[in-house]
Amino acid sequence: MIDALTKVLSSNGLVTAFAVVGATIWLSYWLSRRLTRGRLHGSAIAIVIGLLLAYLGGVATGGHKGLADIQLLSGIGLMGGAMLRDFAIVSTAFGVSFGEIRRAGLSGVVALFAGVLVSFVIGAAVAFAFGYSDAVSMTTIGAGAVTYIVGPVTGAALGASSDVMALSIAAGLIKSVLVMVGTPFVAKSIGLDNPRTAMVFGGLMGTTSGVAGGLAATDPKLVPYGAMTATFYTGLGCLMGPSVLFIATRAVMG
Amino acid sequence: MVVYGVALLSACMLIGVFVGDLLGMAIGVKANVGGVGIAMLLLIFASDHLRKSGRLDVWLQQGIGFWSAMYIPVVVAMAAQQDVVAAVRGGPAAVLAGLLAVIASVALVPVIARIGQPRTATSDHNTQTSSEALAAKIGE
Repeated sequence: MIDALTKVLSSNGLVTAFAVVGATIWLSYWLSRRLTRGRLHGSAIAIVIGLLLAYLGGVATGGHKGLADIQLLSGIGLMGGAMLRDFAIVSTAFGVSFGEIRRAGLSGVVALFAGVLVSFVIGAAVAFAFGYSDAVSMTTIGAGAVTYIVGPVTGAALGASSDVMALSIAAGLIKSVLVMVGTPFVAKSIGLDNPRTAMVFGGLMGTTSGVAGGLAATDPKLVPYGAMTATFYTGLGCLMGPSVLFIATRAVMG
Repeated sequence: MVVYGVALLSACMLIGVFVGDLLGMAIGVKANVGGVGIAMLLLIFASDHLRKSGRLDVWLQQGIGFWSAMYIPVVVAMAAQQDVVAAVRGGPAAVLAGLLAVIASVALVPVIARIGQPRTATSDHNTQTSSEALAAKIGE
């Protein structure tokens, strides 16, 4: 009996994922209504539950893909993987006004450069405070604070040690998780309720998963604007990390 | 047909990601540069073109609308497969680097959002009314 059920679930992975995610979202909206009277958005709760499950999955299997490492739930990996994530993000652009994007274009570009620079400097400073005083390690950890892709790309280019690489990825993951969970809480105080601010937000935060999750939990209408700028961030970070940012760090550290 | 919408979306994404990869190669970066953003722009232009030529039927819209509505579930699935264990295991240095980077970036949002905006509230109001007047003129 159980074996037969397990076989059905694991051989229909993506369909199982639809059912599991649907149930999670139903539970989240129920919790949102019952416990917070709708003040905390259902999708925000769903994302937090997702992250908690990812933690449990990681602890249970020792893998790196959270819940998706559990054989029965491997379909989660496909459903929430980069392919369908990007496909769904692109679809949100349908019905977006191009005028809005053009009008916020300049501040979006400024946000991109400021975002990479600020996160990098802070990451590198924290690395220094924890005793990583060589330019390669500081640059790698700083790049990790940009995004968890920029970190290892930069580290590999500079020949950083593997523990520094791991640390830089962890810094990026923390950033991404914090943006996913924290955005709805700070949205009001930073005026995140219009396309222009959403584009600036996407450019400053840059982590595609963080921005995608954070804006979804705040106001799904803002998603395309934030995603639009965030998608350029990792590329810009990979461009600046091993080049200008490393050279500047080396110059400062002597 | 619904599949036309899905296919249009797919084509936009594939072209966008391809161009993003080419951009990355052109500037010598091991990453995709703006692929998804380019795909989004393509979709905006394509749907605008179809709307103007009257070929944007309701079925085509549903093909795109479905994926747009699946966005939040996909994001939840994405959250469920993050390497949260590794993030936590990074220790205080990783947590502090990530946390401070987020706080500083958030603080900059209202500052940078002001760049390129109409200078004062009154000029903002003026552009608003003039664009409204324009909209009225072209009968929107």
